[in-house]
Parts: sequence; C-alpha cells; structure tokens
Amino acid sequence: MLNILRQSLRTGLVTIGDPIGSFNPPPAWRGTPRFDFAAWRDARLAAAACPTGAITVLDSGASRTVKVDYGLCIFCGGCADACPEGAVRMARELEPPALRRGDLVLSAEYEINSNGVQTRLLSGPARGSASGSIEETGAAVRQAVHRILGRSLAIREVDAGSCNGCEVELHALNNPLYDLERFGIHFVASPRHADMLLVTGPVTRNLELALLKTWRATPDPKAVVAAGACGISGGIFGLNYAVRGAVDDVIPVDVYVPGCPPRPESLLYGILLAVGRLAPPREGLRTAAGQEE
Amino acid sequence: MSRPGSAAFDSLMAEVRPLAASACEKTPWEVRAFLPGADDRQEIAAALLDRGCRFASVFAEDRRAQERAYYLYDVVEHRDDHRYLVIRYRVAPEQPRFPSISLQAPAANWMERETQDWFGIEAEGHPNPRRVALHDHWPGVHPLLKDFPIDAVLPPLEGDPHIFRQTIGEGVFYVPVGPVHAGIIEPGHFHFAVAGEPVIYLQLRLFYTHKGVEKRFENLPLTHGVFLAESVSGDTSFGHGLAHCLALEHAAGIEAPPHARIGRVILLELERIYNHAADIGAIATDVGFVIANSHATRLREQMLRLNEELTGSRLLRGLLRPGGLRRPLDAARLAPFLEKLESFEREYRSLVRLIEDSDSTRDRLETTGTLPPAKAKDLGIVGVAGRASGQDLDVRRDHPFDGYQGLQPRVPVFSQGDVLHRMRVRSEEVLESLSLIRAAAAELPEGPSLSPLPEIAPGATALSAVEGWRGEILHWIRNGGNGRLDRCRIKDPSLNNWPAIVEAIQGNIIPDFPVINKSFNLSYSGTDR
Repeated sequence: MLNILRQSLRTGLVTIGDPIGSFNPPPAWRGTPRFDFAAWRDARLAAAACPTGAITVLDSGASRTVKVDYGLCIFCGGCADACPEGAVRMARELEPPALRRGDLVLSAEYEINSNGVQTRLLSGPARGSASGSIEETGAAVRQAVHRILGRSLAIREVDAGSCNGCEVELHALNNPLYDLERFGIHFVASPRHADMLLVTGPVTRNLELALLKTWRATPDPKAVVAAGACGISGGIFGLNYAVRGAVDDVIPVDVYVPGCPPRPESLLYGILLAVGRLAPPREGLRTAAGQEE
Repeated sequence: MSRPGSAAFDSLMAEVRPLAASACEKTPWEVRAFLPGADDRQEIAAALLDRGCRFASVFAEDRRAQERAYYLYDVVEHRDDHRYLVIRYRVAPEQPRFPSISLQAPAANWMERETQDWFGIEAEGHPNPRRVALHDHWPGVHPLLKDFPIDAVLPPLEGDPHIFRQTIGEGVFYVPVGPVHAGIIEPGHFHFAVAGEPVIYLQLRLFYTHKGVEKRFENLPLTHGVFLAESVSGDTSFGHGLAHCLALEHAAGIEAPPHARIGRVILLELERIYNHAADIGAIATDVGFVIANSHATRLREQMLRLNEELTGSRLLRGLLRPGGLRRPLDAARLAPFLEKLESFEREYRSLVRLIEDSDSTRDRLETTGTLPPAKAKDLGIVGVAGRASGQDLDVRRDHPFDGYQGLQPRVPVFSQGDVLHRMRVRSEEVLESLSLIRAAAAELPEGPSLSPLPEIAPGATALSAVEGWRGEILHWIRNGGNGRLDRCRIKDPSLNNWPAIVEAIQGNIIPDFPVINKSFNLSYSGTDR
C-alpha cells in the first residue's frame, strides 16, 4: 500500500492542462498536406503517389479538375514527396474535424497544356465553410457541453470494422495525460446509456446490422462521430464486396474526424464539436434513456 | 545471405516418401515442394508431425486461368531449420477437393475451413466443415476466386441464422456476448455455455471485421500495398508492414541496406514494448488493480510519443518501404531517444514490481485460464501465449530476418500456461526488447536507408516471417506482373491462437473471462482481414 502511494507521489501530476490548446507534436511529426494551388503544375504525380485516392485528377479537353479529400487521406506524406516543385508540403497543423462531409474536400479547376501540365488556375480551391480555429471552437463547445448535458457526456464506442488503430488512440484519451473524464466525458458500456456514438472503421457487411441496432438503442437526442479515414470514406480498404460503406452510408453522422488514426487531440476536438450539435435538452432527456425509437 | 541454423528439412525431405519423390526448390528462406495431387497430404502430415514439425499456415490460390489448377499450400515450421517448408499441392478444377488434416493437426482446422469459404474447394473429412470466414447468411460466393469481382455488390444480409452447437445438461444455460462489446474493443461474438458459474463450453464467432483485405491487395499497385499491410491490424502496423516488405524483397532477391535492416529491429521492438506495457496494465485492470493500469497507460503514452519523436508516427506508420525505410533514422534524435528509454525502463520495472508485489492480484492471475503445454502444441499456439505454455518458438531467433541475424534474442518460456505467466512473458520480453534496441542502436550504420526494388518476375512467389508482438506473422505473395500482386496471404498469429481461448476458459468462471481474454489479447482485425 505504501509502495503504491509512494509511486503515485513520485510520478506526480502528468495530466496535460489543455490538450487541444497546447497541441505541440515533436519535430518529426509528419503533419498535414497543404497545397499551393496557384503554384501547382502537375497534380498527377501526387495523385499517383496517393495510396487511398484522396487526390484525384479529372481531365476534360484543356481543363482539369483536381480534388483533394481529407476524408480519404491517411497523412502518409506521399504527395509531398512526389511533388518536386514544392506545391505540396507537410504543414505542422491538424486538419480539423468537419461538420459536413463536403467540408473535407477541396477542388480546383485548371487549364492544362498538351503535356498535361497545369498552366493556369481557373477557379478554386473551393471548399465548404471552414470550421473555426481549433481553440475557438474548443472553448465555445465546452460551454455547450456544460449547458446541455449538465457537465457530462456519455460515449458508446462502436468498432464497425476498424483495424484497431483508432481504438489505440481512443484508449489514449483515457490515459492520465489526456484524462478525458475530467471534461465530464466518459465511455460507457451500453448504447442505452450513451449520448453519442463514436464509430470507427469502414462499416463491414457483417457489422452493418450491429451498428444499426446500436444506433437504434441509443436514446435521442444523440450525436454520431465518424472517426478516421475508414469511417469517413472506407479509407485504405476502399469499398469492396465485404464493406458496406462509410459510416454515413448506414447512419447519420454529425462530425467527421480525419486521420489514420486521428490523434487524441483530433478525437477530443471532434467529440466537443459534435456536442455543440446536440439539440437543447427537452423534457425527459435523462429518463428517455433506454427507450427504443 | 548465409544464415545460421542446421538444415532439418534437407534430411526430412529425403525421409518422407511422397516428398522425396516431388519436385523441390530451395531459396534462402524456403524449401518448396511441388506435388501433382493432394492424395498423400495426410501421410505427409503424419510424417511431419512425427518429426516435430508445426503447421503454421494453410491456404490456397486460384491459378485456373494460368495453370488450370487450384493450389493448396501447407506452410510447415521446424525449429531446427531457419527456412520454412512450403508444400504445394495441385487441386484439379474438375475435382475441387483435398483431404483434410485437421484431425491430425488441429492447427489446420480454421484455415482449412477458411479455404473452403474463400475458394469453394472442399476439405474432405473435416471434423467441423461449417463456414468460419463468411458468415452463414452470406450467399454462396467465394470471394478469392479470380472470377469474383472485388466490387461485387451482394444482396443485403437479413437475420442471423448461425446455429451454435448445443450444450445439454441440467442447469446449463447460454450467455451470448457481442459482437458489440462493453469496452473500447474490437467486435466478435462469444457464446458461453455455463452450468452455475463455470464455463463448460465456449464457441467463438469471428470475422465480423472482414473487409476484403487479401482481395484488396490484388487490386492495389505494388507501391501502395505497404499502407494496406500497415492497416491489417492497427496495433501491429510495423509487424505486418515489415512482413509485407520482406516478402517483396525476398521475391526480388534483395536485402534492405544495413541501416534499414538494423533500424527495423529498433522499430519492431518499439511496437512490442508499447503493446506489452498496455497489456500488462489491462490485465491488472481486469482484476481490479486500476492504479497499475494508470501507470501502464501512462507508460504506453510515453512510448507512443517516443515512436513519434523517432519516426513521425505514434503507431510507427508510413516509414516502411519495400527495399528499406523511407528515410534514415536521424542519428541526432537517437541519443535523446535512448536516454528517454532509460527512464522508461526504470518506471516500467517499478510498474512490474507493483503488480508482482500485490498478493491479491497475483492470487487472481495464478492458475487462471490455464492452457496446458500439450494442448498448446496440438493447436499450434504461437507467440506470447505459446511461450507461456511451453512452446519455445520465436521467429526472431529461429528464422532470423533483417538485423536479427546475429542478435540472438533471449526468449522467455514458461510451462504454467496461466494468465500470470502470459503476463510474465510480456514483462520479460519488454526488458529484452529494450536491450535489443540498445544493441541495435549501438551498431546502427550510417548510409542509405532504401534500395530500389528491382522488377519482380511475373509469377514469382515468396514467403516472409516476422515475430510481431503477438507472435508469428506470415505473408505469402505471388507477383502478378501487372504491377499488382496476384495473391497475398496474410496469417496473423491471432488466427493460430483463438482456439487457445476456448481451451483456457473451460472450468473458469465468466467473470474471469475478461482477464483471460486480455491475457491473450488477440487481434480481431488481423484474424478477420
């Protein structure tokens, strides 16, 4: 007993005050691909290097549409390596979670010459409304959590076909450094106790029904967070005979958290963002728990 | 590419009649035997089992278009040969069946059933020929056949007609659990038959997370395969990624440059450490010693951060390339990294002491979930679980790859086979991993980290073996010649080890199931693919 106490005292306080605000990954961190669309000459190189098809090029005559989908991106950095002119670089910032699937997609139109080189940026890059900065949203949303849920949020995690990578990072949220519970957020064992479903993985054929049943068993109002490239889009697995689709092909999704897997900071941010979308409390928010739709 | 170890398979090939008569091919990594039919498979299996061989993997491929045949493969391991024996049986498309060896070698049980599901070729005489990989309510399709398109849209599934075997007796009742579990865990279904508290019989139903990985490999450009391999089992990104790269390197007949070969040792051991540390804490949690878990998850976070400081990725992803490492390990980062490992080791040792000194914790772990060595041998149990039950196997030592040639890792082995000793295997392996990392870092040469991968001959095959943190990972590939693989067989150690849980739980009480399950900590995604 004394040893246990001594060890805890020796360890001291390890919890990070504000994981999102103080986000500071090591210099080796690979980062997020950012694109200088005006300077980009040949998006085909990056598209060929991308293992998940997050960068696509569609030529039609002398024009080209380039799309970048952060919902498919596994942040490997292959596009930056493949882009000699430096129009793609890995930036030290997180791609923030999005409220709409389309917000993760950038697209631009180019004029191209006969060699397929982009000679002029015609329009773009266009993207749905950008989410606010990570700190602002964090602060605003924390207030919403307190207001709506009386300082508590119960999450049921559903692995709908994940490789278990996202789960590694979800576990990290519970470690003493991130210590999710101090925000009033905890993972619960039953969907009937949950305000939120956090879903990972491409939804496999074999788990579609389980996911639907879990969703139906979660009382309203409820929020759904799709975490990781696979949950958003199928990711590296693609859509094949064994995969039913992305999470929003099966149940409605409120927040998309990009990453492969998303870092704990991203997951926390996504959870907080989703809470802001919960409807205001109505009578019986608590007592409605357990009722099937 | 000379490697240590005697050559048991050379004499064995001469002794076993049907093998002696077969065509044979030898590479630095494999002894290959080609048989014109599968009729002698049971005789060969009996002879190999008599001589101390283990059936590590069974799988098939569809070569009807090229060679008018299916091929069935048995991958056989023997401690006294650094190579693996890969026996190929021809199965005629007109008679799509082969004799089952599951009664002789229970290790082949699931893998033969898998072969039936994927290819529609029958394992004749299988004791339990029901579906395992495709659930019962799938239509009669065989997805790994070449004429089955990867993007086939199958009709929606309805209901769930799986019928579990009955357990009959007074007071026997069933407890169904899953596929969605209570914690942050992967999905699977456990069907317990209990009488009072003790479990009489456990049936598993897995493959919920089956996502077409082996088929997907056949549709990905060779350069992209490593990313898919890193997602076979997310906590084993490096292990599976490395197995994939080694298979391509073996097929191309090259080795990664020295810097990468040694660097890979450091990275593979880092993966072992962060997973083992977390598992030790999780085992403590499941018997109520939560404070130990707090320390363990903190130590795991330390390791994830160290991973990122060294490689840019918390899960060690995106650094591997066929032919080496994408970029060299930064010598300037290595010194502070090694210092942090020192302090990790101090804290890790006191965590282990904390658990081992707790009498009540040890009491719960000792004799719980016992897997006797004889059963572990029959079932072909590998890795941590095997070593806790007397199976003295470790690919790093017995079939060394990359920088492990010459490192001679020390392998902890126990015979008790209970939860406590599965934990002890882990706690000792972490210390060994730390010293392997130090040894590797001390001899890490400068120089390039990546050799260009030469063109691989169309139709070339290769097997690779890696000791991941759970155990033996095997990847077998055939190059397609169109910039794609024609076949990629992935064997996660979990595929070997799930049946061990069925044995270990018997007679234990359901409340002990979580800690027993956790002491194996098998991968669902790696099994289901």
